[in-house]
Amino acid sequence: MSGLTRRHLVASLSMAALPAAHAAPEDLAEALRLFANGQPWREGRIKLDIAQLVDNGNLVPVSVAVESPMTEADHVRELALFNERNPQHEVVRFKLTPRSGEARVATRIRLATTQQVVACARMSDGSCWLHRVEVVVTLAACID
Amino acid sequence: MSRALVQAPKTARPGEVVEVRAVIAHPMETGFRLDTMGKFVQRDLSRRFTCHEAGQLVFEAELHAAVSANPFFAFQVRINAATTLSLRWVGDKGFDRTETVHIALA
Repeated sequence: MSGLTRRHLVASLSMAALPAAHAAPEDLAEALRLFANGQPWREGRIKLDIAQLVDNGNLVPVSVAVESPMTEADHVRELALFNERNPQHEVVRFKLTPRSGEARVATRIRLATTQQVVACARMSDGSCWLHRVEVVVTLAACID
Repeated sequence: MSRALVQAPKTARPGEVVEVRAVIAHPMETGFRLDTMGKFVQRDLSRRFTCHEAGQLVFEAELHAAVSANPFFAFQVRINAATTLSLRWVGDKGFDRTETVHIALA
C-alpha cells in the first residue's frame, strides 16, 4: 500500500516538472502571422463570445459570429480559434461555404490556464479579421 | 460504437438558415497527459468533422487537442430544397463515424 502511495507521489512530481506544459505567448503571434498570410489584421466584423471568468477549463463554451452576407461573392472562407498558453496554440479551424447561410459557429474548448483566446476569420476577398478576449480560468484543463 | 447525437429542425422554409447541432462521445485524449506511472497517455483525437450535402462540402472543422471531450459543434446551413446532410467524424486509431439527418421543406 505504501509503495503505491509513493508511486503516485513520484508520478505527480514528474507531472509538475513537465516542461512543455505551456507554450510561449510569442508563438501565438507567429500562429496568427501564418494565418493572416501577409494580410493586415482588422477588428470589428468578428465577435468571439466566451465567458470572461471560466470555472472549469475542461469545458468552455465558445461561439464565433462574423458579419457576412455569406453569398458566393462575399463569404467567410475560414474561421479559427487560437489560444495563448495551452500546449498547442491551435484549437479548432472551421471551413465555411456560401451554403452556411450565416457565419455563426459554436463549440466547447479546453483552456489550460488564464490566458487570451483569439478568434480569426478569413473572408473570400482575402481580408483577415480577429477578436481577442482575455479569459480567467479557475480550474485548469489537462492536469488531472 | 460511440454514441452520436445530431439535432436539426425536421422542416424548413426554402431559403431559411437552420442550425445543426452535433455531439459525439469521444475522449479527445490530448497525448499531453501522464498516467499514474508517469507515462504519456497515447493521443486519441477526433481530427476532422465534416458536413456534406449530396457530396458537396457545407461545413468542416479541423480539431486539435484543445477541443473538449465529446466534441460539440453548432453550425448554420441554408436550406433551399429538401435535403439530407451527411455528418462524418474521422480520427486517430481508425475512428470513423457517419450520421445523416433529413430536413424536409415546410
